[in-house]
Amino acid sequence: MTKQHANWSPYDNNGGTCVAIAGSDYCVIAADTRMSTGYSILTRDYSKIHKLADKAVLSSSGFQADVKALQKVLTSRHLVYQHQHNKQMSCPAMAQLLSNTLYFKRFFPYYAFNVLGGLDENGKGCVFTYDAVGSYEKVGYSAQGSGSTLIMPFLDNQLKSPSPLLLPAQDAITPLSEPEAVDLVKTVFASATERDIYTGDKLEIMILKADGIKTEVMDLRKD
Amino acid sequence: MKLDTSGFETSMPTIGFGSSNDMLDGFSTVPSFDLPRTTDFDGFQKEAVQMVKPAKGTTTLAFIFKEGVMVAADSRASMGGYISSQSVKKIIEINPYMLGTMAGGAADCQFWHRNLGIKCRLHELANKRRISVSGASKLLANMLYSYRGMGLSVGTMIAGWDETGPGLYYVDNEGGRLKGDRFSVGSGSPYAYGVLDSGYKFDMSVEEASELARRSIYHATFRDGASGGVASVYHVGPNGWTKLSGDDVGELHYHYYPVPPAIAEQVMEEAAAE
Repeated sequence: MTKQHANWSPYDNNGGTCVAIAGSDYCVIAADTRMSTGYSILTRDYSKIHKLADKAVLSSSGFQADVKALQKVLTSRHLVYQHQHNKQMSCPAMAQLLSNTLYFKRFFPYYAFNVLGGLDENGKGCVFTYDAVGSYEKVGYSAQGSGSTLIMPFLDNQLKSPSPLLLPAQDAITPLSEPEAVDLVKTVFASATERDIYTGDKLEIMILKADGIKTEVMDLRKD
Repeated sequence: MKLDTSGFETSMPTIGFGSSNDMLDGFSTVPSFDLPRTTDFDGFQKEAVQMVKPAKGTTTLAFIFKEGVMVAADSRASMGGYISSQSVKKIIEINPYMLGTMAGGAADCQFWHRNLGIKCRLHELANKRRISVSGASKLLANMLYSYRGMGLSVGTMIAGWDETGPGLYYVDNEGGRLKGDRFSVGSGSPYAYGVLDSGYKFDMSVEEASELARRSIYHATFRDGASGGVASVYHVGPNGWTKLSGDDVGELHYHYYPVPPAIAEQVMEEAAAE
């Protein structure tokens, strides 16, 4: 007799793509706003970017219910941190908190593919990229989600920086200026929209600098 | 020894998120994990692992020689056929005199090595002296044994220098722990072993040993598709570890096998001379 398998899965994939690029004094975090399930579009106007702290912004694709739960957990932990330490969490600190939060659900993972962007203690841009169970790495740029395999090779071509593992150690930050990086992000999403059915509708871009956060929205193909 | 089964409990973790007191308590005992409520735990884990597709495929190696321990690794992380990163730190600095290597699930290795570092530090504070390599590897092995069968994927080597001299242990997710002089772990390990075993001598200088380690990693990355990126080499001596080299394996190829200058012109010249 064949084994009975569950007809119901606790997970679903709502698609979407997230990108982040770190610069010398800025960080650009971008994501499309399409939320899908199977071949249907649930909404064209869903933000995948969430501000956790003044200098740390999270963008996640995958299963948005898990993403929402994850954002809530991190926001509440950040609030506790602020009460205990009388200051905001730095981006590297938030990066490790996210890693631990993800790993604590190692046996029932958050189906969330995250990119954390922000400014470190010295005001330099930093981007952290994660897998679903919490392994993370500080990088100069990253793409996650359904369009990531289309976007990453192009970013590698344009932004490829010397590996942080090389000796002598070299910086992973891109030498691009902020308007150039924003332009690159728009180009990259326009291309990904052409070839990925789960990416499109609108592009939301958040630019983090020492003096504050700016948000920009651009239309993408709706088909 | 009482087996650590707290990982199987489904009760809310006592450390919890946001509990202000005794944050450290959560790390001196086993953190209890959320478990899915399903009748088919193994099947669920199989699917979850498929979904997560943790980074596998790697080459790491370590060996003891006259001057201490040499540790080397590549830096590629793959998710199925996609290279998710070429710059993963697979040699983890547990503390200034102990290193751990990463093979298997990236998150599993990162998390448990960080946890081990915390435990080693707590041991230092409680006992007023450094933990031995044997002790540290045992802590890790016992922890992994208590999660045996739950799908963790960890194949690590703990290398360090303690009061008894250089130490090297292999620890894996089955809870196995082996003391040894030479280990290589990962999908590229057969290739690395070939080069390492044929070139190994106990009486080597640091330069010779680091070159052997680097070459072994290079050859493994050449033949194994799941290994690549940057070959990092570390040395653990009586005063702790130092990073000796980090070379891109693509460039290393031309270093070992330089392209001879264009032969075509030479042939033409010879013909004209006749």
